[in-house]
Amino acid sequence: MPLLDDEVRAEVKGEFASLVRGVKLVVFTQEFECSYCAETRSLAEELAELSDKVTVEVHDFLGSKSLADSLKVDKIPAIVVLGDDGKDYGIRFYGIPAGYEFGSLLEAIKLVSAGETGLSPRSKETIRKIEVPVHIQVFVTLTCPYCPLAVQLAHKIAFENERIVADMVEASEFPHLANRYNVYAVPKVVLNDKVEFEGALPEEDFIRYLQEAAKA
Amino acid sequence: MILGLSRRERRKELVKMGIEPKGLSFFPKEKKQIKDDHEYELVIVGGGPAGLTAAVYGARKKLDLLLISKDLGGQTLLTSTIENYMGYQYITGEELAAKFEEQVRQYPIDIVTGEEVESISPENGRFSIRTKSGHRVFAQAVIVATGKRSRPLNAPGEKEFLGRGVSYCAVCDAPLFPDKEVAVIGAGNSGATAVVDLLKIARRIHVVDILPDWRADPVLVERIEASGKVETHFSREVVRIEGDKLVNAIVLRPVGGDPEERIPVEGVFVEIGLIPNSEFVKGLLELNEAGEIVVDCRCRTNVEGIFAAGDVTSVPEKQIIIAAGEGAKAALSAYAYLIHRKGK
Repeated sequence: MPLLDDEVRAEVKGEFASLVRGVKLVVFTQEFECSYCAETRSLAEELAELSDKVTVEVHDFLGSKSLADSLKVDKIPAIVVLGDDGKDYGIRFYGIPAGYEFGSLLEAIKLVSAGETGLSPRSKETIRKIEVPVHIQVFVTLTCPYCPLAVQLAHKIAFENERIVADMVEASEFPHLANRYNVYAVPKVVLNDKVEFEGALPEEDFIRYLQEAAKA
Repeated sequence: MILGLSRRERRKELVKMGIEPKGLSFFPKEKKQIKDDHEYELVIVGGGPAGLTAAVYGARKKLDLLLISKDLGGQTLLTSTIENYMGYQYITGEELAAKFEEQVRQYPIDIVTGEEVESISPENGRFSIRTKSGHRVFAQAVIVATGKRSRPLNAPGEKEFLGRGVSYCAVCDAPLFPDKEVAVIGAGNSGATAVVDLLKIARRIHVVDILPDWRADPVLVERIEASGKVETHFSREVVRIEGDKLVNAIVLRPVGGDPEERIPVEGVFVEIGLIPNSEFVKGLLELNEAGEIVVDCRCRTNVEGIFAAGDVTSVPEKQIIIAAGEGAKAALSAYAYLIHRKGK
């Protein structure tokens, strides 16, 4: 029995019918000592079965260290959502994107495929003006209904500016990070380790924090 | 723990933990742009059970209608399991919310999510509705179904430690407290549900209430008591929440008396009831002492053309099934009002 049941597969297949450009999911995993690595890999592979526009590349985290380094992947399980030409849009998932975050993975695939974030023209302009690298970490749990809003917005922001990288981080799989950033409520967003906030904020407010992080 | 299991077993494991990948109907759809300055026949503010049911009834009357809400599902999204909505012996809050949404989306009405209404004001025989992000639409009739949100404890330390151990969303934040000692404030149904969410995660759970006993449904209480993980502190009030950077204790005392007792905990889940989301209509609509919008048995407010339904109203008993019924009634009343208005 696969991770995705027939009903979900049918739904996703329908949704993937409208994909435009190809999307490559790069999965970093290892055999042992990684909770959910196997599931994360299965999830990516099962998704790829549902559209010929989606491909999967599985790498051993240690074996492919130079690739991991070049994509700045520092923990596993990890999924990087790339264009089929290998273009990096700064979209990362650390920990399994299951539960409510499954939707964020689908949205990320659709985003890279369509090449359009749907953010307001004003937001786009503000994001594109940012000239320093910004690392956005969105801490989530898989049972949090508001978290996908924050994750998907962060990914859209990353998509608009190549200096910005946005990670979904599943808090319970990375307790040391949850600890370090004092994650006791989700979604919690940390920008460049300097600016942080909790909650799924509207586009305009999120972007204000982004500007603050870029200035700091 | 999951390694070494077959895929079938793994999926079962994910299902057991409530984190199996969910179908698409669970996720917020693309945010629609608001048709600025458009005049709708009916605008429904709020997308919980009342607002969504009102939308179905309004759509079936073929009204030109807009549903505007922060999310679709409202408090239902934050309820882990529901065992008293007719037709379902057992359904999760997210599943029920998704079913509501699916039913609404089969109709060609405008739905805008991720938006909050800032004000409603009567203007030349119609209503002008402004959103927090600066958009404006007009409506001939309005249904307010904005529901309720968690009531704060108003104890010292609560605000300071919000997100540092204090939580109002047990279903979201429970996984962040593995093997920790936590407190749940409130022994009603929402408190008991939070305890159930925490049973499989936390090491020990302290339940605090100012009343002398549980007010939760006995079926929940039995489940909690059988766990052996829960200690109750009844007839106690919270004096303050203590901590350094993070919560490290709650201080309790017998209601109105001494002595204080300090209980070391790392998490405090506040579940002491709800307050209505009615601030934005204060001064326009009549509110009762609890801040709820006063409605008559046809869901009419004191302003002709504005109706209200669900938890935000003075109607007693906050239940999904009641909110849904009230939403239906409000839509039918609004329809009758619109017909009558046209006839004039």
